[in-house]
Amino acid sequence: MFPSHFDYYRPGSLDEAVGLLRNLKDAKLLAGGHSLVPAMKLRAAQPAAVVDIGRLPGLSGIGDSGDSLRIGALTTHAAVADSGTARAGCPLLAEAAAAIGDLQVRNRGTLGGSLAHADPGADYPAAMLALGAEITVVGPEGERTLAAADFFVDLLTTALAETEVITSVRVPKAAGGAYLKHRHPASSYAVVGAAARVELDGAGQVSACALGIGGVVGKAVLAEEAAAALVGGPASAERIAAAAGRVAASLEDPLGDLYASGEFRCHLAGVYGERALTLAAERAAA
Amino acid sequence: MGRYIGTAMKRREDPRFLRGKARYVANLDLPDLVHVAVKRSPHAHARILSVDDSAALAMPGVLRVFTGRDFAEGGCGPLPCGWVVPDTKVPERPVVATDRVRHVGDSVAVVVAEDPYTAADALDAVEVEYEPLPAVVDARGATDAGAPPVHDGIEDNISYRWELGNEEVCEKAFAEAAHTVEVELVNQRLIPTAMEPRAAAARWDAATEEMTVWTTSQNPHPIRLLLSAFTLGIPESRLRVISPDVGGGFGSKIFHYPEEVIMPFVARAVGRPAKWVATRSESQMTDSHGRDHVTAARLALDADGNFTALAVETWANQGAYLSTFAPLIPTALYITLLSGNYRIPGVFGRMRGTLTHTVPVDAYRGAGRPEAAYLVERLVDLAAAETGMDPLEIRRRNAIPKEDFPYQTPVAFCYDSGDYHRLLDAATDLADYPALRTAQEQARAEGRLRGVGIVCCIEASGPAPSAVAGSLGSAVGFWESGEVRVHPTGQVSVYTGSHSHGQGHETTFAQVVADELGIPIENVEVVHGDTGRIHFGMGTYGSRSACVGGSALVESARKVREKAVKIAAHLLEAAEEDVVFDRGTGRISVQGSPDRGKDFGEVAFAAYTGHDLPEGMEPGLGFTSFYDPSNFTFPASAHICEVEICPDSWEVRILRYAAVDDVGKVINPLIVEGQITGGIVQGVGQALTEHGAYDSEGQPLAATLLDYAVPRADLLPEVSVARIETPSPHNPLGVKGAGEMGTIAATAVVANAVHDALAPLGVRQVDMPLTPERIWRAVAAASGASSAAG
Repeated sequence: MFPSHFDYYRPGSLDEAVGLLRNLKDAKLLAGGHSLVPAMKLRAAQPAAVVDIGRLPGLSGIGDSGDSLRIGALTTHAAVADSGTARAGCPLLAEAAAAIGDLQVRNRGTLGGSLAHADPGADYPAAMLALGAEITVVGPEGERTLAAADFFVDLLTTALAETEVITSVRVPKAAGGAYLKHRHPASSYAVVGAAARVELDGAGQVSACALGIGGVVGKAVLAEEAAAALVGGPASAERIAAAAGRVAASLEDPLGDLYASGEFRCHLAGVYGERALTLAAERAAA
Repeated sequence: MGRYIGTAMKRREDPRFLRGKARYVANLDLPDLVHVAVKRSPHAHARILSVDDSAALAMPGVLRVFTGRDFAEGGCGPLPCGWVVPDTKVPERPVVATDRVRHVGDSVAVVVAEDPYTAADALDAVEVEYEPLPAVVDARGATDAGAPPVHDGIEDNISYRWELGNEEVCEKAFAEAAHTVEVELVNQRLIPTAMEPRAAAARWDAATEEMTVWTTSQNPHPIRLLLSAFTLGIPESRLRVISPDVGGGFGSKIFHYPEEVIMPFVARAVGRPAKWVATRSESQMTDSHGRDHVTAARLALDADGNFTALAVETWANQGAYLSTFAPLIPTALYITLLSGNYRIPGVFGRMRGTLTHTVPVDAYRGAGRPEAAYLVERLVDLAAAETGMDPLEIRRRNAIPKEDFPYQTPVAFCYDSGDYHRLLDAATDLADYPALRTAQEQARAEGRLRGVGIVCCIEASGPAPSAVAGSLGSAVGFWESGEVRVHPTGQVSVYTGSHSHGQGHETTFAQVVADELGIPIENVEVVHGDTGRIHFGMGTYGSRSACVGGSALVESARKVREKAVKIAAHLLEAAEEDVVFDRGTGRISVQGSPDRGKDFGEVAFAAYTGHDLPEGMEPGLGFTSFYDPSNFTFPASAHICEVEICPDSWEVRILRYAAVDDVGKVINPLIVEGQITGGIVQGVGQALTEHGAYDSEGQPLAATLLDYAVPRADLLPEVSVARIETPSPHNPLGVKGAGEMGTIAATAVVANAVHDALAPLGVRQVDMPLTPERIWRAVAAASGASSAAG
């Protein structure tokens, strides 16, 4: 498999990278290369230029600022999955990272790359929605920060401008979180990925809840009806089951493939949503 | 006994594979090499209106573009079919399509460039104008009135019909049956997915007019024969075909493919060596696929649960053209196996081989036998349910007793040896079958979907007398050649017509020859895969290498030993009957006087000096044998599998897998265990994940590994493997084939376990792959719910 011709740039700084994106026509950023390179080899992507930011300093690592984590865009999935900080403070995030692809993909693929690519079967986007993450990007106009809910626009489409680079992601910690996935047997993408976050008040009532669903429709979405149904009462099995019954209401125009139709994905979203909410509630109560 | 046969030796070839030092066709780096890429049809069926190569030819680095007409006019004949049953309509299969394309991936043009990047760019620049035509993809639907003919002159898309068995006995038994069970099922299309995609290369020596072709083939000699006699026209004496290290074949690399013609044609036309390496997607849409049957079958039983008749009607999808051995698979390797391991007085099978706008279908690991085993074993389980018998008990009741061997079935085969009751006993012990049933009862009481599958399967391996193959439709023989060439120092080179592409011949054949000659295995080198070095050979498929190729080597080694004993006796001044050969050391000495003897090396040296040989004996030491087996061998197996199905997301989890196989005598238990285990994983892939599906327009729905789900390591728990041995009486080693038994049994046993788990929900038959969605829909249909989606 041979990609079509492209020019290769390796900027030494973020400013230089942004400059290249501004000046080059039809350029794509390369970080871990685990989405872009296969697409180029299949000639599904034929960028004129590739700007390799994979070795830029200062863009990887996980910082702990008390109530949230700041994760550099070049942090690999393996680093997030193995991070004690992430596992303790935000198990949902670490579980989503650990669920991505296979070991080779996790060792090379990056958080920023996954978010920018916005594959409907990716694991991170649903997790970011459920956690209420904020994504910081840099472009010619300087830095801006977007809420995850505003970042994911459509199938393979984000709010990121062509001249912008994701630099970091701030993820609020959430002890009551869980990510569960039905893995595609061929691609390892999520047929359904369910990212649940549950907070309990002192009386054991659900005070906040979010459920992100990936893999089912063109982009990761929040199952808002389901989450709302759980708030304001105990996280009982019956209430969780009832909430999960509303997941499909948030899933319009589901995708289907040879392995799983849209109808079945909606069914699975309910099942996995229920399991993820249950686990998240258990963790919140622990 | 010798030192090596029966020993679990590690494979001698592995160091070069593990160190990345193996040499595949893709690694060939020939001076002045040009790179070839093939333009493929995006349509399942279309008329080619025009091919415009002007833009491609204008690109720097592009040397030539060839179309189908160039090959036809250049004398490249259509690809032949090497197995035709009576009245087969063989459609013409050009090397490159000229007027119509008949499946997605069919070739339309060939681009030659200085480097592979430019070749890939040029493919995009070749403009082909198509007139799309309607397509048909379904094995049975292809025969419907109004279905578009794939080839003019074969209007009903039926390439051949074949039937075998005692139909009258069968129908009488159905008329008198106490129970009859019926099933309609689909044995889905599979894509072989060898780790190494296909590749081919060629070099033309204009001075000597000799052509060398490198190809990822399981059988280089038959490829040379086909190239020489049908597709290329270069005499065999000037044509050398080399299959170097090959990364797996599973049958898909048996066949003669267009690229094996294209490379030598290009090399001669441009005067430079040429190479093509398939991309993974290219392999998935051009390697011959496997299975793809639609079947309706009935099994009759008497009041005691004895099978009395089996009647089968199958439509086998052969794809757009007849691949090299395509008609063999659903006929002489499928209907002949329908008796399974059972006494069934009446067996009758009827087959239609149909043409569709899909990739050609041919042998894929198991090749006809897994289709038969799956069908028979599903029917046996349905019969157990119908009669209320335990699936183990109904199998024990109907299994052929060991005293009935050799056993003649109503469908041609005569089974050589076996002990199916002992197999079943060993498997139930290994799996602790009663405990599995107890655990199942407990699970069901808790509302969990636990299932236990059990199968008893038969294989026919090592095809088999050439005369019989010829009478059944083969254009070739099924013997094998083996040469044992002793060098003057006593080192030995072994030349086999079998080909190793994962089987480990460099180890097992060396074990066999070292034991026959009593020499250290380090002194034995195995050579294969090169028509320039090996006289002739039929190659490796059908689990034939040990049975047939190994036997040829035994015969040659024994001739060497006989001559060595004669020479040694002469040198020792003893009568031939007074000397003894020590199989452990290779030393030949006078009986009762071990110090009066000659080592194998001394004898070899004497043979080559020729100074002192028995009267009239020629110098030299080496023999070639052409071994033609008197029958197939018939390996058998009993496998047991335990699964649990998640009752809301419907994933199938395999909890336990126990396999007992009888592959006759075993040369290398480590390799046999690897073959059985690997085969099981491949068979589980068919049961649970793999599906080479097309949409109704003929577009492949699993064109890449993003959609085609090969089994992964986490699909199975540790597999428990055990063996019993009933030696085959038909070959000097007593071996039976080991390469396909695992695949044959695994698909059926996993399917049976899944259906057993679903039985309480009223599900009777779900077609494979048994994905969560298919199970979900089957459960919903069985429960009569309008939709389970809510």
